Parts: sequence; C-alpha cells; structure tokens
Amino acid sequence: MIRKYFLQIFTFIIVFTFTIRLIQLQLINSDYKFLSENNAILESPIFPERGFIYDRNNKILVANQPGYDLMVIPENTNKFDSIELGKLLNLSKNQLNLRLSKAKKFSNKIPSIILSEISTEEHAFIQEKLWNYKGFYLQRKSIRKYFHDIGANFLGYISEVNENDINKDPYYQPGELIGRQGIEKYYEDILRGKKGVNFFQKDRFNSVIGSFQDGIHDIMPKKATHITLTIDLELQKYGESLFKNKKGGIVAIEPETGEILALVSAPSYNPNILVGRERSNNYKKLAGDTISKPLFDRGLQAQYSPGSPFKVLNALIGLQEGVINQNTEYSCNGGHFYAKGAFMECHCKIGTKNNLISAIYQSCNTYFANTYKKIINSKTSSSKGVDSWKNHLSSFGLGAYLGYDLPIGKPGFIPDSKYYNKWYKKDGWKAPTIISNSIGQGEVLTTPIQMANFTAAIANRGYFITPHFIKSTNDNKNIKVFKKNYTSIDSIHFKPVIEGMEKVVKNGTARIAKINGINICGKTGTVENFIKLNGKKTQLTDHSMFIAFAPKDNPKIALAVFVENGYWGSRWAAPIASLMIEKYLNNNVKRKWLENRMLNGSLESEYSKYFSGKSFKINE
Amino acid sequence: MNKPLFYRLDWVVILCYLSLVFFGLINIFSSTYNTNKSQIVDLQINQNYNDRNLLPNEFSNEIDESIDKQINTQKVIQKNKEVNKQHNEIISFKQLIDINSLSGKHFIVFIVSIVFGFFILFIRTQFFQQLSYLIYFISILCLIGLFFFGISINSATSWYIINGISIQPSELAKIGAVFALSRHLSDFNTDLKKIGSLIKGIILILVPSVLIILQPDPGSAIIFGALFLIFFREGLSFRYLIISIFGIILFISTLLFSFNYIIISIACITLIIIFFVKKSYKKIKVSTFFIYMISSIIFVLSVNFIFNSIFEQRHRDRFNVILGIVEDTKGLGYNINQSKIAIGSGGLIGKGFLEGTQTKGNFVPEQQTDYIFSTVGEEWGFIGSFGLIIVFLILITRMLNQAEKQSNIYRRNFIYGISSLILSHFTINIGMSLGLVPTIGIPLPFISSGGSNLLAFSLMIFIYLNFDANRLNHW
Repeated sequence: MIRKYFLQIFTFIIVFTFTIRLIQLQLINSDYKFLSENNAILESPIFPERGFIYDRNNKILVANQPGYDLMVIPENTNKFDSIELGKLLNLSKNQLNLRLSKAKKFSNKIPSIILSEISTEEHAFIQEKLWNYKGFYLQRKSIRKYFHDIGANFLGYISEVNENDINKDPYYQPGELIGRQGIEKYYEDILRGKKGVNFFQKDRFNSVIGSFQDGIHDIMPKKATHITLTIDLELQKYGESLFKNKKGGIVAIEPETGEILALVSAPSYNPNILVGRERSNNYKKLAGDTISKPLFDRGLQAQYSPGSPFKVLNALIGLQEGVINQNTEYSCNGGHFYAKGAFMECHCKIGTKNNLISAIYQSCNTYFANTYKKIINSKTSSSKGVDSWKNHLSSFGLGAYLGYDLPIGKPGFIPDSKYYNKWYKKDGWKAPTIISNSIGQGEVLTTPIQMANFTAAIANRGYFITPHFIKSTNDNKNIKVFKKNYTSIDSIHFKPVIEGMEKVVKNGTARIAKINGINICGKTGTVENFIKLNGKKTQLTDHSMFIAFAPKDNPKIALAVFVENGYWGSRWAAPIASLMIEKYLNNNVKRKWLENRMLNGSLESEYSKYFSGKSFKINE
Repeated sequence: MNKPLFYRLDWVVILCYLSLVFFGLINIFSSTYNTNKSQIVDLQINQNYNDRNLLPNEFSNEIDESIDKQINTQKVIQKNKEVNKQHNEIISFKQLIDINSLSGKHFIVFIVSIVFGFFILFIRTQFFQQLSYLIYFISILCLIGLFFFGISINSATSWYIINGISIQPSELAKIGAVFALSRHLSDFNTDLKKIGSLIKGIILILVPSVLIILQPDPGSAIIFGALFLIFFREGLSFRYLIISIFGIILFISTLLFSFNYIIISIACITLIIIFFVKKSYKKIKVSTFFIYMISSIIFVLSVNFIFNSIFEQRHRDRFNVILGIVEDTKGLGYNINQSKIAIGSGGLIGKGFLEGTQTKGNFVPEQQTDYIFSTVGEEWGFIGSFGLIIVFLILITRMLNQAEKQSNIYRRNFIYGISSLILSHFTINIGMSLGLVPTIGIPLPFISSGGSNLLAFSLMIFIYLNFDANRLNHW
C-alpha cells in the first residue's frame, strides 16, 4: 500500500512546505517590499525654479543664475597631482586635501561637494581641464542673482541647509538650498515651490535603465511663486545712496496701505557677495564687523530713544485725555522747574508763551513736560496714569512687535506702572520722576519702523495698516491680509497736531526740508545717546532724527529717518527725508545743492574718533 | 480499447503541460525584457527640463518666456509618458515569440516537441521497451562525446553546437536513464532483494551521473539520484530511504551544532528507544540498535571531513548561506537574498507583467533559467506562485495516480521515473529560489528557458501520454 502512495505523499509535503514559505515571504513579511524599492528605485528630485522677486513697479530684483558644484566620488578617483588641482580650483594643497579626506570620511561611494557654487566663468575654465581628474565632476545648480546692489538687509540670501534645518523640516535633503533671513526666509515656502520626484528604475549596477513604471508615480514639482514687493526700487536705491558714509536708516511707508516703500539700513553690503563660492568667507567678514555691523538691520532692529518726535504722541494723548486743548498755553523761561530743584532746559527764550501748535514747531520741552505731568496725574494715581498713557501708545504699535513680514525685529519699550514700581518701590515715584518720557528720552525705546508707523498713523488721522513688504504674488494666493489698526485717539485731535507738524517745516526747526509745492508735515529729533566705551558709559554726539509725511492732505508717504551721531535733526535727517519725499512724489530732485550735500557728506570722521582711543568732543 | 486515441489521452496532464509552457513563455519574456528606447528619450527630456530651470534670466520678459517653456516641456514629458504607456500595452503575442528572443526560442522548442510528440503517440510500448538499452547507450555515447566535441559555456563542457543550435545531452540522458532503469526493473530476473540486481540498477544511474559530474555539472548529476525513487516502488526496502533521510538530517544538524551535542543526543535517544522497545518486544536484539548508534556516530564524526575535504569551497559556501551560518547578502548570499526580495516584494497579487522592479533591474542573476521562479513571485505574487505550485502538484500526482492503473510494470516504472525527475527539479529549483535549498543550478521544467530541457521534459510528457492512453494494453 505505502509503495503506491509514498511519492505522492512526498509531493504533498514539499508543496505544503513551499506554500508555507510563500505565505511567510509574500503575505506576512513586509520587509521585502521595502528592500526591493530600496534596491531598484531611484528617487530623483525635480526642483522648481525658485521664485523671482520684483519691486512694486514690477522691476526685477532677484532671479536665478546657474552655478556649479564640483563633486567628487572618492572611490572613483585615481592618483592625481593635488597641487595642480589646487591651482585649478584656487585652493591650497592643504585645503584641498582636507576637503578630500572629509569627503572620503563621509562616504567613499556617495558624491560630496569639494567646491560649491562656482560661477559660470570659472566653470568653463575648470571644465576644460577636469577630464584629467577621474572621479571629479561638475554639477549644475541654480543660485540667486541680484540685479541691483540694494536691499541686502531685507532681501536676505539662500544657502545650503544644515543639519538643524533638516531635523526641523524633513522636506529638506542635504545639499538643498534654504532662505536665510529677510524675504528669502520669511517667504521660503512659497518662493521655493514644492519639489517633485522622478522615480527611475535602477539595475543591479545602480545605473538608471528607465523611468519606473512609466513615471505614473512621478510627482510634478509645484511651481514656485514669484513675489512682488512693496519696495520701490528707485526710492530704495536713492535712499541707500544718500546714506553713503553714514550710519542709520530710513523707513518709508505708504500710509494708506501700510506698504513699505523703502527700508534703508546703512552700512549695508552688496547682496551678490553672499552668492557663489566666496559666500561663507564673505559672510564671516560681515558677521565679524562689530563696528559697522552690516548684518544689523537698523530700520528693524535698532532701538533708540525716539526723542522729540515723541512729543507729538504726548500731545495727541493730552488732547484725547482732555488735559490740554489746542489753546492751552504754557510759558517757558528757557526751561522750567518740574520739581523742587529740578530744572529741565529748553531752547525757548525766557518769557516765551507757547500754545500747542507753536510748542510743536518750537519743540518746547516745558510745554510737553507739563502736558505729560497732567496726563499722568489725570487718573486717581500715577500708576493708573502711566498705564493709560501706555495703552494709548500701544495702539500706535509701540512697545511690541509690529507683526510685519520679516523674520527679525525688536519690540521697543514703553514702561508701565509695574516697571516703575519695581524700579522705585511701590508709589515711590510720581510724574516728575519719569518726566523724561515727555520728550522721548527716558525709558522709552522705539525702532525706526515703529516711528515710521506712528507717523503713518498720524498721516491717516487715527489708524495704521500693519507695515509689510509683500504686495502681490503671481498666483494670487498666499497673501496675508494686513489689518487696519485704529489708534485710541479720536481723529479730530489730529488736526492741531498735524498743523503743528506742518509748521515745523514751514517755519520751525526743519525749514531746510521745505519743498515748493509739497506740504510736508514733520518733526525733528535730536536724541541723546550713550555707549559703553572702555567699560565707561560715554555720551556720544546726538542722533539726528526726523519723522515726516507728505503731502499734508491725502498723504502718500510717511517716513522716519535717523542718522547716528548726526547731531541736530535738521542737519542730516530732515534733508534726507525731504529729498526722499521729493524723489518719491516728484520723481526727480530739483534741489541739487541739498542732494549733493547729502550724497557727499560723511560722518566717517565722527565715527572713527570714538574708537581712536583719544578723548573727543561731542555735538560739534 | 476501441475508443480512438484522442479520447484516451490524459487531458488533465495536457492542460497542465500547456499552461506551464505558456506561463514559462511569459516569464522568460519578462525576465529578459529590456527597457525600450523611448524611455531613454524620456530621461533626456527630463534632463533638459532640469537644465531649463537653471537658465539665467537677464530680463523679466525673458523670464516669462522661460516659464512658458517649462510648461511646454512638462507637457512634452506627459505626452511622452502616454506614448510609453501605449507602447507597453501593445506587447503582442508576436513580440512574445520573436525568434531572436529567449521566449521565442522557448516557443520554437515547444513547437518542435509537439511535432515529435505527435509521432511518439503512435509508437508501441514494445518498441520503447526493446530499444531502452540502445537509447541509454546512445545517450551515454553522447555524454562521452562531449569530452571530444563539446563546447564550454560557463566553464562546463555540457553542450554540442550544431548549426548554431546548442544541445545539452545531459538533459536527453535523463530520458535514456529512465528508459534503461524501467527496462531493468521490469525484467523477469530482476529482484531488488538480490544484491546483483540492485548493483546493476545503481550502475545504470551512476554511469551518466559520473560523466556529467566530470563536465563538470554536478547540479544536473544530483538529479539522477531521484531515479532511486523507482527502486522503492519496485520493492527496495524503505530502510534505505529512511536511513538516507536520517543521514541528511544528521549531516545538516552536525553542520549547525557542535558534533559533541549530536553524539550525546544520538546515544541518549538510542538508550531511550532500547528501554521502551525492550519492555514491549523482548525478542528484539539490543545489538542492532548499538550498530545503528555506532554507525551514526561514525557518520557524524566524518561529516566534518566530508564537508571540509570532499566538498569544494563553493559548495561549502552554499550550505553555509542556506543554513544561516554565514550572513552575506552582498557576496555569497547575494543571489538567494535578491531572489527572496523579488518573491517577497510580490505580495498577494504581484507587481504585474513587466512591472517587476527586481526583474527589470536584473538584480537576480540567471533569472530566466535557475531563478525564473523569482520573476513569477515578483510579478504574479502569491496567487501566481501558489497557482504554479498547485499545477505542478496536479501534474505529478495525476501521473503517479495513473501509473498505478498501469497493467505493464515497464510503463509504470517509466512514469515513476519521469515523475521523480519533475519532482526533484521542482523541489530543488523552487526550494532554492525560496532560500530553503542550497544553490544548485538546475532549471524548472517547462518554465525555465533552455531548449534541451524543455525538449526532454516535453518528450517525457508525450511518452507518458502514449503509455497512459495504452495503460490497459498488455503489449
């Protein structure tokens, strides 16, 4: 019996064994699917071209150009003359060997970058001789091209991702580029688009033999978005040229829309130096310059005492709180005693009587000290007075981040009762204690963009739109709506203040800023400032400040200009602001004498004397 | 017996045969299919597209233009893909049997086999029976002739090449050996209990296998060992079969574990068996068990010697890989590992015809012959591979079942012989692809590419059909 069936039983046993094995391999174990994909599928990313950046008049600011990375696969190299290759690449023998050993250490089989972002011109030269060196090849990639030598501070730059970026966002793979600062960073997501993937079928030698399943799994890249900025290229260029040999900046805003027309920070640098193989060297140089700090955006990050321009805010608060009106008068005798034995100087002549308007255009300290005292004392306690004062200022966007679309910024500072209670003990202070705030000196700190913004709010008679850089995108999406913020001041109160500001230019401190045919409203500032020099608090020459908007009716531009250590507001800041307004509104500047004075004027000697080590005089 | 031949044919086996050959055709085509030209073009266009991304754009109107161009290139790629798709969809039967491809050759051999097979159906059994030894003798001569006229491929002198057609006589020698054994075991004066008959049978198997080992093609030679299975049908004591299986188990476990443990466990098991058996059957001699025990121990002790001295390094490697002693998926274990990946990645329904990435990428070497099952596993999944196994199961068990209905011992022996051959090829080939059996390079009958093999097994099937159709005839 068994002889008839043993072979059939055998067959069944074998088939059963195979079936179990098949179930195990194909149905239970899922590792093999992954292994086979690993084996046979090459994922090759397709990068969409990075979005372009235009100015408000659709003039191109940033586009792309080809660059080349010199790659090496250490395994494939032959013996070669590293001195010769070093010469070709403009590297020393040691530098080259260091990079090669690093590449080898990373992987013998995977390509590593030896030299990144070689320019097209250099590329041709290297390409010609590269065939001598097996294992080296040039890989094309897209790098940024800046068409104008302006706006480095807000445009930002792109560079290869580091480990941190990759850990933070798994979208990025080593060697890819990411926006670093400025617009490039803030709008990274839409500027880069979304990379696609081509799947290729590999064979066992790891070479591509065709597309994988005819590309049905391929993902097309999502096109990048082109951005149009609110910046006016010509105005920005002009502003930067006016700041040659000076430190400081300009923030210009269109009040009606909150669009930033120009953001000048000086000294700056040519954005093109952060493209190409010299980027990291150049960056180190910029970052290492602790004296002129070119990477520091003074328009957004510098916190100064606002100085006299702050007086107009106190005037507005005084009017709103009802402690003064347009006709309120205070007499000034070259200053006044704001407390027993405490005298605040003023440049008004003895016996001057100022009403609100004349106080603004004369910039009378006494008037605003009195107003401020009244504001603080209008409530049941000084604490409540200060807090209500702060609330008014907050509604102008002061003392907090403004919320514009750039990654950097500073909140400034507006003190409140908590702050003073901590500083002076509870109820250990009164209005005279903090009287400096009345003229924008004391504890108050603002950034230039905050000043430009409150100027815009005054120009709008009571509201501002959060300042921003983005105007539109080519695909009409991704635009954040920047909202209208109303100040806590009723619009009727702006009329006398604006009248005062108009007179500042017409017959006040900033007569130099007058332009025929344009009604400019402004306010000068001369801001005391101190730094630590050799461990000692040292007073430096005052900062020259000016805020302005124009024209008076239906304003088109509001701006804040500050020139570090420029002394009187009318000496530097007011003329620069006036030239900017003329340039923006009239498109050309007629006052060549003033323009030349500003273009050629230099404060280098002023700055250098602080660091010369010798004793120096200020406010000359 | 009055029915015409057509109605007496075993249509179950014919159906199995035809489906296996056709399935083989498809899988050979797939495993030798190369990416076509249009796909290469596709790659280039992609390259251009990438380059376009990097074009310097000096002026904004140019930039807009370049964006348009990008969109156009994308369209071109899309179109190209559609063309490719159509291209793939019209793989016709014509392409499948293109004379220049391996699948085409497979088809031609199939046609030739049918022509030969048709004539075979009308030959009387006696004719085969009379000529059995002659056929065997001719096949032995062919094997000897290889040493003088043979052509070496892959360092084995296993082929004749006549007019560009290569013939592997070892495949045909399998038929010769089956004929001779069937004849010998069905002779009146053959009695497997007599040592003489046994030795004659062994020699009939050994001569061709030794000649094949000398080519050297040890894989094919091992197959001849399967013919011993006929002996057991004809009355050889199962003791030998049990001893061989036990020997294989001992051999493998000695390689896996230290032989000290093996010897101790053999001794323990023997003592336990003696203890229980002695209780029940007092007559049984204890000495027989001791003889078994001692010979097992000697065998175990000699395993290391056999393994290290008689085996060649590559054979040792194959054992080491399959037993997991050596973990080397890049070198020694590469083939088996890639085959397992191919099969495992097929999943339930497979990746589809021509869609196997392992197959397209040529990751499994010799995929159209020795590792054809990995293509089946990858592209047709569990359903395809399980189906294939079941068809083989039906084929083999059906033939064995029919063999038992034979009135003629010669014919029954022959059917047992060819069933054993198909079973051993099936076991070793698929077992190897599944990583269960050490690498032995032999084809999967009817499926693998290889003309001589297909011809030999087709002829066997037709002889079976003849024998089965006439199973009630006494001639």
